[in-house]
Parts: sequence; C-alpha cells; structure tokens
Amino acid sequence: MAQTAKHKKNGVVEKKLVGLADLVVTAAQRSKDPTLAIPIRALSNVSFNERKGMIEMGHKKQARSFFNVGMAKKFMQTMLVADALSELQRAALTTSLREIYYRTKHTIQDSHENTFDTQDESDPIIEDLEVSLAALREELHVRAENGGSVVGPLVLEDDGDRVDCAKLGKGGYSVPSIVEPEYVDIRRCTADFVLLVEKGTQWNRLSEDKFWRRYNCVLLTGNGQPPRGVRRLARRMHEEYRLPVYVLVDNDPWGYYIYSVIKQGSINLAFESQRMAIPKAKFMGLSSADPERYGLPRNVGIKLNEKDITRAKELLNYQWFQKPAWQQEIKRMLSSGLKYELDALANKDFQYLTKKYLPRKLKEKDWLD
Amino acid sequence: MAKKTQTAVAPKPEKKPAAKAAKPTQTVTAVEMGARQREISVSEFFTKNRHLLGFDNPRKALLTCVKEAVDNALDACEEAGILPDVTVHLEVVESGGTPPPASQATRFRVTVMDNGPGIVRQHIPRIFAKLLYGSKFHRLRMSRGQQGIGISAAGMYGQLTTGKPVKIISRTGPKAAAHYFEVQIDTKKNEPLVHENKQVEWDQPQGTQVSIEVEGRYQKGRASVDEYLEQTSIANPHVKLIYRTPEGETKEFPRTYHELPPAPREIKPHPYGIEFGMFLKMLHDTKSHQVSGFLSSDFCRVSPHVADEICKTAKVSPGGKPRSIHGSVAETLYKTIQTTKIMAPPTNCLSPIGEKAILSGLYKQIKGEFYTAVSRPPTVYRGNPFIIEAGLAFGKGPDEAAKTTQASAPLAEGEERDEDSELARVIRYANRVPLLYQQSACATFKAVLDTTWRNYGITQSRGALPAGPMVIFVHMASVWVPFTSESKEAIADYDEIQKEITLALRECGRRLGLFLRRRERAQSEYRRRNIFELYIEEVVEACNRLKGGKLPTEKLKAQLQKIASSRTGGLKTDEALGKAGAGPEGLPHSIIVTPEGIEGEVEVAAAVPSVVPPTEEAAQVEWLDEEKPVGTSSKQQKRASKKLSAPSAKRSGKHADQLGLFSVETPSGKNAVAAGKAGKSGKAPVARRKR
Repeated sequence: MAQTAKHKKNGVVEKKLVGLADLVVTAAQRSKDPTLAIPIRALSNVSFNERKGMIEMGHKKQARSFFNVGMAKKFMQTMLVADALSELQRAALTTSLREIYYRTKHTIQDSHENTFDTQDESDPIIEDLEVSLAALREELHVRAENGGSVVGPLVLEDDGDRVDCAKLGKGGYSVPSIVEPEYVDIRRCTADFVLLVEKGTQWNRLSEDKFWRRYNCVLLTGNGQPPRGVRRLARRMHEEYRLPVYVLVDNDPWGYYIYSVIKQGSINLAFESQRMAIPKAKFMGLSSADPERYGLPRNVGIKLNEKDITRAKELLNYQWFQKPAWQQEIKRMLSSGLKYELDALANKDFQYLTKKYLPRKLKEKDWLD
Repeated sequence: MAKKTQTAVAPKPEKKPAAKAAKPTQTVTAVEMGARQREISVSEFFTKNRHLLGFDNPRKALLTCVKEAVDNALDACEEAGILPDVTVHLEVVESGGTPPPASQATRFRVTVMDNGPGIVRQHIPRIFAKLLYGSKFHRLRMSRGQQGIGISAAGMYGQLTTGKPVKIISRTGPKAAAHYFEVQIDTKKNEPLVHENKQVEWDQPQGTQVSIEVEGRYQKGRASVDEYLEQTSIANPHVKLIYRTPEGETKEFPRTYHELPPAPREIKPHPYGIEFGMFLKMLHDTKSHQVSGFLSSDFCRVSPHVADEICKTAKVSPGGKPRSIHGSVAETLYKTIQTTKIMAPPTNCLSPIGEKAILSGLYKQIKGEFYTAVSRPPTVYRGNPFIIEAGLAFGKGPDEAAKTTQASAPLAEGEERDEDSELARVIRYANRVPLLYQQSACATFKAVLDTTWRNYGITQSRGALPAGPMVIFVHMASVWVPFTSESKEAIADYDEIQKEITLALRECGRRLGLFLRRRERAQSEYRRRNIFELYIEEVVEACNRLKGGKLPTEKLKAQLQKIASSRTGGLKTDEALGKAGAGPEGLPHSIIVTPEGIEGEVEVAAAVPSVVPPTEEAAQVEWLDEEKPVGTSSKQQKRASKKLSAPSAKRSGKHADQLGLFSVETPSGKNAVAAGKAGKSGKAPVARRKR
C-alpha cells in the first residue's frame, strides 16, 4: 500500500522538477533571462489567519534570474539541487540534507570554484524548491534527522513492525522524520493527552518516573525546536484521536517561540502550517508566573541577555502573541529580567517536575492558550 | 633618585678620602692640565668614531666602501659628461691556505673601476688619503658626495683593519700614461703617505680604478652590496653597472636610458640658508671690498639694489669694508638679511632623475603590472633648493600573477586560499644614492607612513607600511641634503621636505588608485561573463539530466552564451581588459603591464638597445604569434596597420624604425600583427632575461 502511494506522488513531483529544465530551455529559445519565481520565506510574506489559528504564507515572490551576477550562482545551485532531487524520485530513495549537499558539491570545470562551499548554501535551496514547487520535504524524499522520542500508550506500525511505545523502556521510540500514514501507521492510542517537552533531559525525567503511566499520556520531545516528524506526529494524534496537546518549554523567548511554532506553524515554512500546526495546543509552562507561584528562588534564574530581550520584544509584536494573557506573560518576563530553565525545578527536588509541578498544573488547569 | 645614587657611588673609589681630605690642596695644576691639551687630528677622531661614517660593523663597512667608491665614480663621470660604465668587483682575500666561501670570509678586496675622466697624478694621494679633502664641499652643487670624507675614510678603514694601502690606477686619456699609486693615510697628521708610485700598462683608455682591502662580511639580503647596486641601477638608468660578486657570479645592470642627466649648476649660497657663524666667516673671506658688493656677489638672488636696501635698513654703510664688520653690527646685518624679502634660490642647479628615467629604472629592475613616476616642482628649505621625486611599481608582474591564479587542489569545506600580506618596500634616494640604513628615521619613510594609502585602494594597518606587492621609490635631489648623520643614512624631516614628499606620494597613489579601480571594474565585468560561462555549463548539464539526457546541449549552451554576452557589455569588456589590444588608460607617466604587453610610456620600456641578435628576435615573433589570443585578429590588424603607417608623434623615431623592421621581416599579415605587438611587448622579455 505504501509503495503505490509513493509511486503516485512521484509522478507529480518529478514533473514539477523537470518543469524547471523546461523553463530554462524555453527562456533560452526566446533569448530571455531564465527566471524562477520563489515565494518569499520571511515575516513580510506571512499572515496570521485568526480564524484557523495558524500562520499562512502570502503570495509575494522573488525572482531568481540566471543572468544577474548576484543570483547566477544560486540559480545554478537551484538547478543542481533540482537535478539531485529528481534523481531521488527516479530511484525511489530518501536522503538527508547533508547528503544532498555532498551529492551536488563539485568543482566547476576549469576553475577552482566549488558549486557549494558549505551545507548552509544548499539547505535554503531545498526549502526554496519546497515552497516554489509546493511540494513537501517528504514528497521530495528528503528527510531530516530523527530528532525526537516518544513514549506512552501508543501503538505504531513502521515498515511492517509493530511498535508499542509503552514497552520500550525509558528510551522510547525514536520518531522518524517522515510520519505520514503511508510510512507510519497509528494502530492504537489510548492516552488522554499529549505532552510535548522541549528538553530531552526533562523528557527523560518524566519517562524514568513513568509519568505517562500515571497520568495516561503520550510523552513527546523534539530536543529543542521539534523537527517535522515530532510536530506531525503530535498533530496526527491531536487530529485523529482528539487528544489535547500540552507544551512544556523553558521560560525564555525561545521557549515561547517553540510553542508558537507547534501551535501556529513557523514563518520559514509557513506553507506547511496546515499539516503541522496544532492551533489548540496549550502552553503549560514554564510560565513567567511560575517562579513566584511555585516558590522558585531568584538565584536559579538566569539574567536575560541582549539577544533574549530583542527576541522577546519581537515576539510581543507578532500577531499571534497579541492575546492579553500572552502580552502579560512576556512583559512579566521582561520586567523580571530573568529566564528559567525547566531543569531549575530540580532545585526544589529531583522529582519536583513529576511529583509536584505537573500534577498541580494539570489539576489547576493552569495553562495559556 | 638617580642623583642620589650618583653621589653615593661616585665618591666610593679610593679618590673619596683624598678628595675630601685634600680639598684645599689642588692635585693637578692648570699648567699640568694645559700640558695635556693636544690637537686631535680629524683622522684620529674618525678612527675612534668610525660608526659616524658607516663603518659600525663588518657588513656595513663593506657596503660603505663599495658605496663611497661607486658614488665617486659616478660623480666624476657625470661631471665630465661621460655615460658611466662602472665595474664593481668583490673578491675574497685568503689569509693563508684556501680561501673560505664568501659567506664565511672576513677579508675582501673591493675594486671599483670607472670610465671617467681620471685624476691628475698630483691629486691622487690627497684625494684618497686625506680626510676632508675634496672638490664638493665648498660649492653648492648637487652631487652624491658632499664632504670629502668618504673614499679616504674607506681607505683608512681598510688600513686600520688589514694594514694594506689603497691601490689606485688612473688615466686621464688614451694618450696619457696610467699611473699606479699605493697610498696610506698618516692618521696623526691627516696627510697621505705614498708607498708606491709608478707608471703602468692599463687596458683602459681612460678612467680610475680603486682597490681597497678591508675586513668585512658579505651577506645578501637587506642593506647588502647587492641591494645597493640594484637600487643604484634603478635611480641611475643611464649607468651601466657590472658587478662581480665574491661568489664569482657576474651581474650586469644594463643601461636603459641613454642620456646623461643634465649637469647640475653650481650656485652661491642663498642668504636664508646660511648660519651666523658661516656668515661671519664669509664676511672675513670675501674678495669684495665693499659690503654691498659682498652681499650681491657672494650670495645668490641678492641684486645690488637689494644689497643697498639691506645696508640701509641695517644702518651699515654700503661702501664699508666687509672685514671691518664685527659683533653686534654683523648680527644686525645678518638679522636684517633674514627679514628682507629675497627671491627663492634658482632651481636650475638641480638635476632630477626625471619621470621617464625613473619609469625606465623601475621597469628594468622590478617586476610589476603598474609603474608611475612623479617629479615635483623645485622648492626650498632653509635657502636650499630641492626636488622630490617619487615612483611606484605595483603588482607581481604578469608571469607571477598568472602563476597565482592557476588552480591548485580543489578546496574542502572551511579551507581558504591564503592571501599575501607582504608590506610595501620603500626605496629611498638622496641625490641618486640609495639610502639603506635607518629607514624609520628618514623623512621619506615617515611620509610613506603618513600617506593614507587606503584612499587609493591599498590596505594599510594603522601606523604601518601599506600592504601589497609594491615598491615605493622616493628621491630627494638638493644641493645640500640634510642628513641626520655623517654616514648619510636618513633624510632629516624638515616640514618643507616632508610636505613635498607627501604630495608626490599622493599623486602616485592617485594614479595607482585609478589604475586599480579601472582594472577592478574591467575584471568584474569579465568575471561576470566568466561566471556565466562557468555556470552555463553546469546549468545545461543539470537541465540535460533532468530531461533524461535528451536535450540538444550544444544548442542550449550557445543560446545561453549569447544572452550572457549581450548582457555584460560584450566586446567592451575585452577592450577594457586590454584583450583587444586597446590603448593606454590616460595616466600620465605610467606604464601598465598586462600579460599581453605593456602600455603607457612604451618607448621608455622599449629603450633597451637592440643588440639582441636577429635570430632571437625572429624567435620572439613566433613565440608571440603562438601566445596571441584567438578571435581578435581582424580588429587588431587594423589597429596595428594604422600604427605602422603613421607612428604617432609621441613615439620616438627609433621605435617606429623598430616597428618597420619587424613588419619587413615578417611577410604575412597575421605576423605583422604579432610584430606590432612585439614592438610593444617583445622588448619586455628581453630586458627581463638579462636581469
């Protein structure tokens, strides 16, 4: 079943990629400068759809033409990446971003110039192709690293193997980057809610303490900014099993942003919001109100640095942080001048998170929307 | 604090009790002390203070000996109006047994021979073995030597370190006999001692040869004899220098400029440049009988009218005897002169090297891509006229440049190609003599540092020399160069001098900046096309693979290349880069060297005498033919034929002849193009090869 689905998609994506070559050929025939139109991936080109509760991409595009000194190299690189991607399509293989980089890197003939110098040059081009061809990264057969773990009353089927996430010890199941139904099938899920934790360390704490068993939940982590697989899996459980999703992050601007990406989608890949975003996700903590409420001493806080402050001020202006509760939340952090890590809870007790903090949060329904 | 320790330490020796106890009684009487007073001969003074004359260490001493002898030779030739041919020969002197290698040797024989006017027999001993004896001290005339110390000091140094006399052969003409002398200096009396004096057979029709044996050290590199001779050759392209190194090599620095510099005229001192003591002496020594006559005849720019005016304001009788003026009267007179408005001294007493000659010299000795030279108008400091000249050679030369652009191994991630960060080299001259020591004390060096090279597209760290493959040439010509010491190593920084140097350097910098900007612009155009050409290949290949290898790749490439060419200025870029043989870039007194040839003051560069055998010339034409870029021939041909039929007035007749010669030798039209190029660039490799 999975195989046929894959093949069905192949045709479409490959056609799109070949279309790029046609574009060059036609432009050359008409003595025109070959130009690609690439949707802009920036704050200026996204809008917040309040009704849907997610970030949507606008229609602004930038031209990337070949015969422009500033863009020539990028254009050439785009064509090389397109070629590599179509090779993947034909061979029905998946690959990583880094492999694409190595695959397309070579020294241009009769020069000492490399097509790519670092991976930083090829990654954005893949994203450019994703948005301009309106193809998902999975559809392009590019996977990210397995960046997350899951544990809890959840049964999956992956490549024909049955995976019971309740029987995988404290390590859990490593979430692959592609969790579309044709790759990973959710067989059963009996949890009451999903808890997405920013930090792997705190996820380990919760997993070790079998928090999920006691509160019947699925524990997910993305080790920082959650990768697509983790977000997509959370979204699927939310969508297919109607599970509420709670997010537990550090109390700093980056934590807020991680939450907002899970909830509304990211600016960079806004076009994927409709598949990824969980507009009903709740922010459980760490809130800037928590240190006072839970009696965390001031000395376990960290002073906000310049970057934190600018970032926090940027967040204040984002459309999706305009709710009064959120404005208050961010401003409170700014006025205290401190940020707190989840790990700081260990100051009270090693198991404070499992035994006191989360139970109280859940009991009081103390979260932000 | 320091005082305290001094008083505490000084009386400590045994003298202390004596001084205290015998305070009333004098230990030495005035008579006894008087008996100790003795005259110090100049020679004795200099034996003790030889560092003042540049004999501080063996290496520098060797250089100083060569320098003094060469300077004298050049001065003599130029004064006599002879194009100088100078041979310098350094030999290792063995002290029993096998001679050590040059780098280990401690004794050398320095022999310098010229084709100058020779020296009259009677003068030889005193010129070479009496300090402060010379023709140049008492007159204000631009020359290399000034005091009459140099060569005799070198001789004295040799005498001190090896005990050997100075050996001289001199001949005043083909009909006169050659005289051989061996002289030493009597250091007490500062008089020559003649050891040997005879007539000899000499193969030279005219000239002088000096041979001094000294203790020294031969080491190449900075401030070496080699460097000195090289720099001499740059500033004196009219000199033919042959140098036999102690290692047995013979280096020839050919003559590239066939005119003698105009002979500098002697001038009277300008009243502003004279000190009071000197003034008194002049008053006493004058031949004039009247004060007004003295003023108008012993100084320059003082007319009888001005002299009368001075006398009037100083309340001195114009008809009074100069010798009767003493004390306060003389002082008033002196002060009045300083406040009277007197015209600046004449500047025809100076003989600058000239922009063309500087270019020629730089071009001959330094490989580069851009050369320029600036001569400032004459100016005056302390009543002494002077001229500043500056030159600049930039770049690595086309061969070097081509080498560096050659691709090496492909770069891995994180690797970068290392950039050169060498600093510019400053070469300094005073009256055409290279200055090799005390660079940082010199006004020229300070002026180079003070120039903001960044304005001209050259990187420069704060308080450092500009960075880049660059040689900066600065020359000061003056009747009296103000050196910071007797060994003539650095020019004192008078404001007037500093200002002139800065102005000259700025002009050089401006031209270099223009050149660099133009080249940058042309290259960026070229690079644009280049990257398109590179990327077209990649894009076409990628498209072809996308289309499953079914694309007419050659057609697509051609189409894209056409678009690229139409979008980047096409032929114009070729011209800006000199690819199509375009002309110079309107920079005055500059030479631009590209891999295809040289542009600018071509005749300067091509002024190498055509003594090259014809076979080699023919070979060169062929070589150029091969190197010629393809695809520009028709355009070039037109250009070349234009040049051939009507050589522009700017080109010298000789050059036109050369062009004509080439075109006769090469029958086909295509070769005529190459010949036209050979006229421009073909000379370059010839000159280079000789280096």
